[in-house]
Amino acid sequence: MSLFGEVPQATPVAVFKLSNDFKEDPNPKKVNLGVGAYRTDEGQPWVLPVVKKVEKIIVEDNSLNHEYLPILGLPEFRSSASKIALGEDSPAIQENRVGAVQCLGGTGALKMGAEFLRRWYNGNDNTKTPVYVSAPTWENHNAVFANAGFEDVRPYKYWDAEKRGLDLDGFLGDLESAPKHSIFVLHACAHNPTGTDPTHVEWMQVAEVMKRRKLFVFFDSAYQGFASGCLDKDAWAVRYFVTQGFEMFCAQSFSKNFGLYNERVGNLTIVARDSDNLKRVLSQMEKIVRVTWSNPPSQGARLVAITLNTPELFAEWLTAGSGTPGTHTTHTADRHSFTGLNPKQVQYMIKERSIYLMASGRINMCGLTTKNIDYVAESIHETVVNVQ
Amino acid sequence: MALLKSSKIISTVGVHPPLGVLSIRASSWWSEVQMGPPDPILGVSEAYKRDTNPKKMNLGVGAYRDDQGKPYVLSCVRKAEAQIAAKKLDKEYLAIGGLGDFTKACAKLALGDDNEVIKSGRNITVQTISGTGSLRIGANFLSRFHTEARDVYLPKPSWGNHTPIFRDAGMQLKAYTYYDPKTCGFDFQGALNDISKIPEKSVIMLHACAHNPTGVDPRPEQWKEIANLVKKRNLLVFFDMAYQGFASGDIDRDAWAVRYFIEQGHNIVLSQSFAKNMGLYGERVGGFTVVCKDAEEAKRVESQLKILIRPIYSNPPMNGARIAATILNTPDLYKEWLGEVHGMANRIITMRELLVANLKKEGSTQNWQHVIDQIGMFCFTGLKPEQVARLTKEFSVYMTKDGRISMAGVTSGNVGYLAQGIHAVTK
Repeated sequence: MSLFGEVPQATPVAVFKLSNDFKEDPNPKKVNLGVGAYRTDEGQPWVLPVVKKVEKIIVEDNSLNHEYLPILGLPEFRSSASKIALGEDSPAIQENRVGAVQCLGGTGALKMGAEFLRRWYNGNDNTKTPVYVSAPTWENHNAVFANAGFEDVRPYKYWDAEKRGLDLDGFLGDLESAPKHSIFVLHACAHNPTGTDPTHVEWMQVAEVMKRRKLFVFFDSAYQGFASGCLDKDAWAVRYFVTQGFEMFCAQSFSKNFGLYNERVGNLTIVARDSDNLKRVLSQMEKIVRVTWSNPPSQGARLVAITLNTPELFAEWLTAGSGTPGTHTTHTADRHSFTGLNPKQVQYMIKERSIYLMASGRINMCGLTTKNIDYVAESIHETVVNVQ
Repeated sequence: MALLKSSKIISTVGVHPPLGVLSIRASSWWSEVQMGPPDPILGVSEAYKRDTNPKKMNLGVGAYRDDQGKPYVLSCVRKAEAQIAAKKLDKEYLAIGGLGDFTKACAKLALGDDNEVIKSGRNITVQTISGTGSLRIGANFLSRFHTEARDVYLPKPSWGNHTPIFRDAGMQLKAYTYYDPKTCGFDFQGALNDISKIPEKSVIMLHACAHNPTGVDPRPEQWKEIANLVKKRNLLVFFDMAYQGFASGDIDRDAWAVRYFIEQGHNIVLSQSFAKNMGLYGERVGGFTVVCKDAEEAKRVESQLKILIRPIYSNPPMNGARIAATILNTPDLYKEWLGEVHGMANRIITMRELLVANLKKEGSTQNWQHVIDQIGMFCFTGLKPEQVARLTKEFSVYMTKDGRISMAGVTSGNVGYLAQGIHAVTK
């Protein structure tokens, strides 16, 4: 008799299973358009030259060691990461009301923010406070908030499948009808999975409703620098909301824009009313961190901090920030794209053409190269012709 | 003032927010958030940092120091790092369960290369965020799937962070007698008495070696009786092994209890940390193992562990796991590592002896034998809170209120001063 005799087999996490199936596929023409990780034109993972440089600096610096970081993380990482999101000259930073928690990737930052909100946002028990995530959204958003104890995670209208763009009226409508104090998870840029972002004017409308209806702003910023190729442009929405006086969270990931996926580098930026509120918030964040991972991993944060705080390295990172080695420096295509393929068509693509993409029809543009783009295009054509 | 600031913002952005924004600025979402108390263990280091006394000593957190009081980066770690750097590996996401080369080696280290459990594939070992992350995943797993019992029995005392971790995961905390303050040793009979009353199927936490905070470990014969009793009571055993190698200096000796329990048929769950024994503290290297009935069950359990991990941090950090895997899987690095762990453990044993010798020299008539008998990084001095407070205030010696000192913070250069201080507050 086993204590775990009744443990059911869980369905595997879709995006990682997709990568696994891709790995095992013997077809030489196979293409992985699944997980959102950057690829070179040869379809290879790419480590930024500046990252290699800084890694070398770290390995050769004998004065560095592997001691514990503080609970909230490496101070110079936290502050420079927040500056990246809010801007060097952010009034909120100057007013000492911006703090941060170094976390394990964007997921970890969302997790910490969610755990804090459940305990402290609107009274001491926010299990019933509605959390709104876009329809569609990154599939892990639901699980992060549900596992943090939120019982009511709901969709807000976002993607208009018919017109293949933002359903602004639906979005604003859901904001108007959401119970007061509801939490909204907003994608700062390069919406995952649709690749469609509100315009500035549309963001201003969203902000107006959120302010009036006292809704909580929780930005997810996983692609800063990747959407337009420009850090400041990609942070426009986040910064606009700050100027509008919101107290808010912004979960930042450095997985993509630094290519540091497996080092788990994230930052939860907190904008509070004033430094006193901020201090108390951070003290409670420490308690949550302590029962989850005690203190965060040092390597990735160190790498990012050194890069952001060293002018020549920062400049080098900015130019690499578009992601493409040696080619153009602006990048108009959004990272993800919604093909509009239906689930049956997606299955056909995978089974018949060895082209791996998410069941939603989402593709990662970075998986396309000059070498496979014709094959992918032909395959999409064949698929829509043969499968309805 | 506030008005001036917001007009500056208005002119910068070029938008005129309605006047209502000023009243929103007055209140905060967080007005009711209380100031959290400092962490009892990590808070000690922070207080130490603020102290300006040149003779100050940090005997709080359990991080190893060399005889100059400096952090020690193991030579095998530096070599492994150089090897890794030369390989120019990519930074692709690890699997949710972590680096395979690491998790396999991690399980072998704990259970022994030839362990039947590993050979039959009936363990699942996932990479975790060091010991804390491992305990948390374990707690979450038990909370979700061990529905027959909600209670976790910790030894009295236990690591301060055990309680909040299990509580936050939804488990209830209880205790069994462990430490005998009269002898500063193991209260074996007391432990057996309490364990015999634990309701069936409850979870019992056992420190595999180098008990934290007391440094008091059961002897092998005592472990045997505990294993027997735990089986009779049908308890689920959760081993916390944060100091393998650090207690006796011998990897296999320190894992003896874990291996014995498994041999006796206990399907344990196990947390491992490489923070101390590889000095990889800030890299967050750990493992969580569930010993299952068979390989099929292990697969089911693995799938559920992944479901638990994904909404917390998606997948674990590479750097430390890669270093640990390189060391564990490269024979000469592994050999070097064993030597270095042995060296660290030995230095601590020497400091224990020196402390007692110095206390005698100071003229102390107290019985300090327990300082030598206790094992691992920590020593439960027996000091009372008032004595601890005096030691901190008058001598700038920082330690936790329970009288626990980290022997790793003691050096041949400061052991005399420490003895002076302890004697002064206990005479």
